[in-house]
Amino acid sequence: MKKVLKQGVLLSLVLAMSMVVGACGNEKKNDAANAAPNTTGSGEKLKDIEILNVSYDPTRELYEKYNKAFAEHWLKEKGQKVTIKQSHGGSGKQGRAVIDGLEADVVTLALGYDIDAIQQSGLINEGWQKKNDLNSSPYTSTIVFLVRKGNPKGIKDWNDLIKDGVEVITPNPQTSGGARWNYLAAWGYALHQNNNDEEKAKEFVKELYKHVPVLDSGARGATTTFVERGLGDVLLAWENEAWLSVKELGPDKFDIIYPSESILAEPPVAVVDKVVDKRGTREVSEAYLKYLYSEEGQTIAAENYYRPTLESVKTKFADQFPDIKLFTIDEFGGWSEAQPKHFSDGGIFTQIYAPK
Amino acid sequence: MLGTTTKRGVLPGFGLTMGYSVLYLSLVVLIPLSALLLNSTGLTLGKFWDIATDPRVLASFKVSFLTAAAAGLIDAVLGLLLAWVLVRYDFPGKGIFDAMIDLPFALPTAVAGVALTAIYSSNGWIGSLFEPLGIKIAFSPIGITLALMFIGIPFVVRTVQPVLQDLDAEVEEAAATLGASRFRTFRSVLFPELLPPLLTGFALAFARGIGEYGSVVFISGNMPMRTEIAPLLIMSKLEQFDYAGATAVALLLLLISFVLLLLINSLQRRFRKTAR
Repeated sequence: MKKVLKQGVLLSLVLAMSMVVGACGNEKKNDAANAAPNTTGSGEKLKDIEILNVSYDPTRELYEKYNKAFAEHWLKEKGQKVTIKQSHGGSGKQGRAVIDGLEADVVTLALGYDIDAIQQSGLINEGWQKKNDLNSSPYTSTIVFLVRKGNPKGIKDWNDLIKDGVEVITPNPQTSGGARWNYLAAWGYALHQNNNDEEKAKEFVKELYKHVPVLDSGARGATTTFVERGLGDVLLAWENEAWLSVKELGPDKFDIIYPSESILAEPPVAVVDKVVDKRGTREVSEAYLKYLYSEEGQTIAAENYYRPTLESVKTKFADQFPDIKLFTIDEFGGWSEAQPKHFSDGGIFTQIYAPK
Repeated sequence: MLGTTTKRGVLPGFGLTMGYSVLYLSLVVLIPLSALLLNSTGLTLGKFWDIATDPRVLASFKVSFLTAAAAGLIDAVLGLLLAWVLVRYDFPGKGIFDAMIDLPFALPTAVAGVALTAIYSSNGWIGSLFEPLGIKIAFSPIGITLALMFIGIPFVVRTVQPVLQDLDAEVEEAAATLGASRFRTFRSVLFPELLPPLLTGFALAFARGIGEYGSVVFISGNMPMRTEIAPLLIMSKLEQFDYAGATAVALLLLLISFVLLLLINSLQRRFRKTAR
């Protein structure tokens, strides 16, 4: 009996080993195949190349268009055919996938915090945010209010959100990157209204979240709750998501309200150093991000309701992006300070929900 | 059992099948679970305790276990009825009815969650009927229970059904000829036989409910301290790159579930013995 059992265990171990060895062997072969085109390419006609852009949810349409434009640009410039693959999902989840081994050449995420996490795992070199202009955020966005047509509750600014009977829809900042921008926008407003008195700001934010009947786990879920389920009077949303909702569901259903001030959301981009060096795709990956700052890249961003940063494009789309007072995350010490202070366990957001 | 434990088993191939079983269990269950343990770098006992006693974690555990237990219990009753109808009666469309039971297995749980929310939210077909009565279904523990019932019902039906099918009609007839009422027959003759599979079905539905994530996040409203389930808390910790914290909650969830399931399983074994 014992002997038989031993044999069984031994057999299973051998099988497992052979599978692992087999898998490793395959990976090596793939690497060799990937590296080959770049080492032999100099001088001759360049071989086709492929890069992976790991991004977050609402940028799907943006990058579908941009990737086409960049591929054309690169073909003209270098005579090389480049294919860009996209991956979309919640920003934090995407960041984790890259840390866990998803071979992204570039990451274009919702928060600098998520890219910082990738940097801490050693995949991205320090100082990534200074590598490209404007904190490596080629386009920006902000947080606005989406209300039902005609604005029945008369919502004009942040302090209207805590009026009696107003229900606010926003996702959970602990599971959604976008929701963290929402939260910080409200926080910043309250700080400025109260001479930077943090206690008062905390009171305001606490009151605000009392008006939230449902905390969805992500930004798209919150939009669905507001738009389809008809729950709530106001949705805190990315400006681009708000415009998209109005465009898709008809301007006869919703209005976009711009508060007196809001946060400048800077979704940053970065090259994943370890991956591009390994795969030999650094040149094209860096160019891919640089081109986002070009006239064409900026126009595509603006057409997808992201705020352009290039002056010439800015003026062209001035109607679409009203000028409001915008403050940045730097005011709160950047993500490295804001994250633990507000959203980690014991942070201000979790205190809001502490039992009485 | 007796045959296989003697020096030379009657059945052939124990070594091979045991090997496969161990391999399979290792690759699919044991290694991932031990990876979960190893992932807890930086998790000290003190920190584990802090996380375990955090009021928000405790509240989410309460929500998860209570709704899963409620859903399991309701499923046990409804599942028995469904299985009863399927086994005892013939009616047109029975084949389709029977196949429909398994649909919750096939449907992605997120789809189920979205669909249930659409129907049971205050402007949905059914939710709007309950709204005037002051009953909120979606975005409340009732909604969570409902989603978990949907996910769990096939487990009960599919464990009770074969046992019900195998029951001898003669025993019931004998009970009837001895003068037992229908209810008495059910209580004294059928129910003892059905209790073990019912418990198994309950345990399966319960276990599934504790870990369920996809369908619940849409219908629960995810309010901390009130309708936040433990799996969401784990996801939220992962989203903040807090691996250690997520592992702690996950381990706790696994531990409690395991103890509960062990209890139910031993109960079920006892009932099976007394029933025979």
